[in-house]
Amino acid sequence: MSAPVAPFPQVDHQRAVFADGLALDCGMAIAPLAVAYRTYGRLNAARSNAVLVCHALTGDQYVAEPHPLTGKPGWWESVVGPGKPLDTDRYFLICANVLGGCMGSTGPQEEMTDAAGRGLGRPWGTDFPNITIRDMVRAQKRLVEHLGIARLLAVVGGSMGGMQALEWAATFPETVFAAAPIATAAYHSAQNIAFHEVGRAAIHADPAWQGGRYWEAGGVPAQGLSVARMVAHITYLSEQALTRKFGRRLRGDTNPRGALTFLEDVFEVESYLRHQGSTFVRRFDANSYLTITRAMDYFDLAAERGGDLAAAFRGTPTRFFVASFSSDWLFPTAESRAIVRALNAAAANVSFVEITSDKGHDAFLLDEPDFHRALGGFLAGCADRLGV
Amino acid sequence: MPEAPTDHRHDGDRPGGRPAPRGGEITYVAKNMRLDLRLIAEMVPPGATVLDIGCGDGTLLAHLSAEKGADARGIEIDMAQATQAVAAGLAVIQGDADHDLAFYPDGAFDYVVLSRTLQAVERPREVLRQMLRIGRHAIVSFPNFGHWLLRWQLLSKGRMPVTETWHREWYETPNIHPCTIRDFFDLCRLEGYEVVRWLAVDDRGLKAPWTRSPRLANLFGEQALFLLRRGRR
Repeated sequence: MSAPVAPFPQVDHQRAVFADGLALDCGMAIAPLAVAYRTYGRLNAARSNAVLVCHALTGDQYVAEPHPLTGKPGWWESVVGPGKPLDTDRYFLICANVLGGCMGSTGPQEEMTDAAGRGLGRPWGTDFPNITIRDMVRAQKRLVEHLGIARLLAVVGGSMGGMQALEWAATFPETVFAAAPIATAAYHSAQNIAFHEVGRAAIHADPAWQGGRYWEAGGVPAQGLSVARMVAHITYLSEQALTRKFGRRLRGDTNPRGALTFLEDVFEVESYLRHQGSTFVRRFDANSYLTITRAMDYFDLAAERGGDLAAAFRGTPTRFFVASFSSDWLFPTAESRAIVRALNAAAANVSFVEITSDKGHDAFLLDEPDFHRALGGFLAGCADRLGV
Repeated sequence: MPEAPTDHRHDGDRPGGRPAPRGGEITYVAKNMRLDLRLIAEMVPPGATVLDIGCGDGTLLAHLSAEKGADARGIEIDMAQATQAVAAGLAVIQGDADHDLAFYPDGAFDYVVLSRTLQAVERPREVLRQMLRIGRHAIVSFPNFGHWLLRWQLLSKGRMPVTETWHREWYETPNIHPCTIRDFFDLCRLEGYEVVRWLAVDDRGLKAPWTRSPRLANLFGEQALFLLRRGRR
């Protein structure tokens, strides 16, 4: 805890840079706009097989390849690849690091610019503007246009990625043939905002946070960010999943007799969470975490339409695939069902399944054959219809 | 009470709901499709928008989409069947007739189909109202509890009838609202629904020739199929 933790190393990311920048919902503009991204598979001649994958809060563009910092496999390799539900032999997959992220897209860790787009020689840090899910989507739209794609076959995403999929369909309906919001909601619930706030409070409470200007001391608020990750990680799992993985097992090596100690990890679940926290700080920026959690908290598709979610989709040509997981208490099935009912009220074409799983919110990232079959079948049906 | 297969919903061991008709008595609309579904498919004109409530694995939806160019969507209460339908690329949501119809706008569909499910819903009258609110037409099929065999069994044995169609014990059946063909006519009259077409089929899958006599159909028809339209009042 005492030794300062250095920021994670910078690596080169594939990026598209837009000099004219992006106007944000908050009224500010940010220029230039950088969007870091990865693609998989091949764009066909008709440019009709592009699928945009939207990542979750702490995900990034490295969907189906080893991560450049951690060396770990891509976060959705169970779903993306040749012959998989998002079949890279058939579709051209795009995934962009979100606006506000820390894997190469414009975000708090990147160099701050003035109104004319001139670099100011310091990171944005907490001066990075408040962004929304729609701002993230607009940044992605720029990338999609840059890649020469007029219409996406589908936008697919889980959790915060699902919010983006919904926002894409609501904001650019003609650009999205199909949308697959998974394990998500049309607004962030009070409980979810509350959990986010605990994470933010932990970051703020870390002396190394330095009011957000931690780069000046060459360190990062590792302790605070780690605690934020630990809290969040609990919300991604379920009681059954934790019980199955760890139960009440004690750490045998350090504490063979289960003697009472308060000085170190006693239960396996504790060391697991600590490990999650400590590895997270090696790839994620604290100010990005603050920025993106805020964007999720602001998200409420119905709010600006007088509370009528169906109004966001009335007359939409987009086809929807909504999926939830039975043990997900962060984005429970009831919230997916609310989306489905709003889509029905809007006379939209929608498919919906609740997948039985005891793995909690994280189930959308894991090996869930029923989910994969349903998602793959939905997408294949859309592709067939478009003649892809 | 013994049971009529409630659509595909509670009948895992017999996915088709009933055995295939013996012989080649009727015109096949589609191979391997349940008889009442084939008759329903005949009622739907090309290009129609259709909502199939209790769509099972989506057999009818797939047929209507492929053969009639219909914009066909479904609701299925059984998650495994709904997942199978979605995996086949069909627009199916997991949900149920009693709770999900209220969310659709008025006149959203040309046809709303409820096959072999009416007797198993909580509020059949309300479900019918919703069907004819969100659809211009309703197509309803149900097993006829007025069939002579059921009457005979109840009369002779004094026990709830057990037949091929109604095969589950009274304490286990999901069929909480069985009705007869004449009962259904009464409800349509009460609610002001216009019966555009109706027919009964016997236990061999033959279209019953008693279309001029609801009383005869009620005695010999094992299944009933109604095409309704909202009344003008």
